[in-house]
Amino acid sequence: MSMLHRHFILRITTKLLMPFILMFALYVQFHGDFGPGGGFQAGVIFGAGFILYALIYGIDAAEKVTPPGLIRAVMALGLLLYVGVGYFGMFLGGAFLDYNVLRHDPVHGQHLGITLVELGVGTTVAATMITVFFSFAGRMRRGKRPE
Amino acid sequence: MIAAHLPVLQIVVPLIAAPICLLLRRGSLAWGLSLAVSLAVLVIAANLLTQVLESGPISYQLGGWAPPWGIEYRIDVLNSFVLLIVAAIGAVVLAYARRSVAQELPESQQSGFYTALLLCLAGLLGVTVTGDAFNLFVFLEISSLSSYVLISMGRDRRALTAAFQYLVMGTIGATFIVIGIGLLYMATGTLNMADLGARLPAAGASRTVLAAFAFLTVGATLKLALFPLHFWLPNAYAYAPSAVTAFLAATATKVSIYILLRFFYTIFGPAFAAADITLQSLLIPLATVAVLVCSTVAIFQNNVKRMLAYSSIAQIGYMMIGIGFGTATGLTAGIVHLFNHALTKGGLFLVLGCVVLRAGSCRLDDLAGLGRRMPLTMFGFVLGGLSLIGVPLTAGFVSKWYLVQAAIEQGNWLVAAAILAGSLLALIYVWRVVEAAYLRPAPENAPEAAEAPWSMLIPAWILIGASVYFGVETSLSVGVASEAARFLLGGAG
Repeated sequence: MSMLHRHFILRITTKLLMPFILMFALYVQFHGDFGPGGGFQAGVIFGAGFILYALIYGIDAAEKVTPPGLIRAVMALGLLLYVGVGYFGMFLGGAFLDYNVLRHDPVHGQHLGITLVELGVGTTVAATMITVFFSFAGRMRRGKRPE
Repeated sequence: MIAAHLPVLQIVVPLIAAPICLLLRRGSLAWGLSLAVSLAVLVIAANLLTQVLESGPISYQLGGWAPPWGIEYRIDVLNSFVLLIVAAIGAVVLAYARRSVAQELPESQQSGFYTALLLCLAGLLGVTVTGDAFNLFVFLEISSLSSYVLISMGRDRRALTAAFQYLVMGTIGATFIVIGIGLLYMATGTLNMADLGARLPAAGASRTVLAAFAFLTVGATLKLALFPLHFWLPNAYAYAPSAVTAFLAATATKVSIYILLRFFYTIFGPAFAAADITLQSLLIPLATVAVLVCSTVAIFQNNVKRMLAYSSIAQIGYMMIGIGFGTATGLTAGIVHLFNHALTKGGLFLVLGCVVLRAGSCRLDDLAGLGRRMPLTMFGFVLGGLSLIGVPLTAGFVSKWYLVQAAIEQGNWLVAAAILAGSLLALIYVWRVVEAAYLRPAPENAPEAAEAPWSMLIPAWILIGASVYFGVETSLSVGVASEAARFLLGGAG
């Protein structure tokens, strides 16, 4: 990775682009209610931001930002959020994943439900993208089977 | 309140436990949670079966969206029976898994292992429970992807290539299924299975429908490893961790057979599957060849796990013969054998896991003299082997009895003879193991092998004992299976 220390343009462009990539991911995430977008696409964009960072600054630097243990937990938490919303609807007297009962009226309930579920999808997809990248990239560095 | 939600709880209890397992970093904690979940799943499945037997099919609307637009979980006598099989095997295998997994996997992989196992369980149950064709594909992928992961965790490095081979073949199979579902959607505009069944007759036997039928049949037979689409199976079973082999052998192919039954009878209807396509002339020859060829190949295997894997393909052949006949007796035989073989083969693979734990491998040479050193384990193998052969008073006999009856009913003496020949071949490969274990002396430098721990022996013996029990007391297995067969032939269409 020492080669890349000289690539000022790449390094600085990455740094400049990072906030916009992540912001765009969030835009796609929350715009999913009204137009094209949603959790899966947003998660991929969000994960791609971190992967770009890892490509330019190296795995070690990237792992400081996103420790593997944390990412693993986030991966699980996203799915938990999704399933949790489903259970919550059930406890409120509806069917599993029934959003209507989440709020005082069905329109708001549907809105809240799909937002939370998509957030869960986005979180898990982003974390999975990062994990997949790290396991492949980390293979060469550690020279053994990744965990 | 909970009773109304049982159909969905069947899936989402393991589904929510899986990520929690990943968060619990300790392998033993993850095992404890998985075991508790699998027991809960078993209780739910037993409840559902009694509910269905008492008061008919149950329908559950996911998210409150009415079918055919929303996803419907629909439980009838056929899939509640399959649910019970999958849930029971899941509970037994998880009870067994702790020692076996602790020895075969590093601590760092264990919580991931139980996560994948729970996801696989959720996927298989989901395939079974759903009444929506596309939802079936999604659950099929959940179970398949997690089973590739599980197989690749085997100790042997060849587990990786075996998992990859299965991944390629399994993906082709799943893709065929989704293409078939897509074509059906094109022809009818619906994805709900009951709705598809109602609309397909109007769509007629157009080329789209025929292509859908072909894609679905080939896709499902790939997943259930019908000869000659079985090449992924022996390696996958041979190199996967012991607990995984037992779990997959007893559930994954059985659920694929359920998929085939569901497509044939609920979606296309008995008339279409039997008459228009002359399924009988396609499935029965292939299944008969599977019985004869794979039983013969099993005789020449040196790795006992591989031997049993080939025997599994042969046993799948028996089930497909029954399904191919398409008569009430034939279907009953196929479904009973699905149940009986799950118990027998699950038990045999669990017993082999005990052997691997103590003897270090399950090559035939390493089994020499084990009959004396591990008496309970090897006697379990003998009983399981007898059921595999189809000796009276074992479960294997019951299914073969019905199968031969179905063949004779059709006047198909050739197939009846093949079934009996398959039993003789099974006798040979089971005998090879018995001979090694009981009649050959242990080699001088053999590792000190004591009896397997109780935590593994008891689950293994539960399945072995069940395969004897259901050879005598058949009211559950044959009773429910014949009711399911009647339901498929009469109710759906």
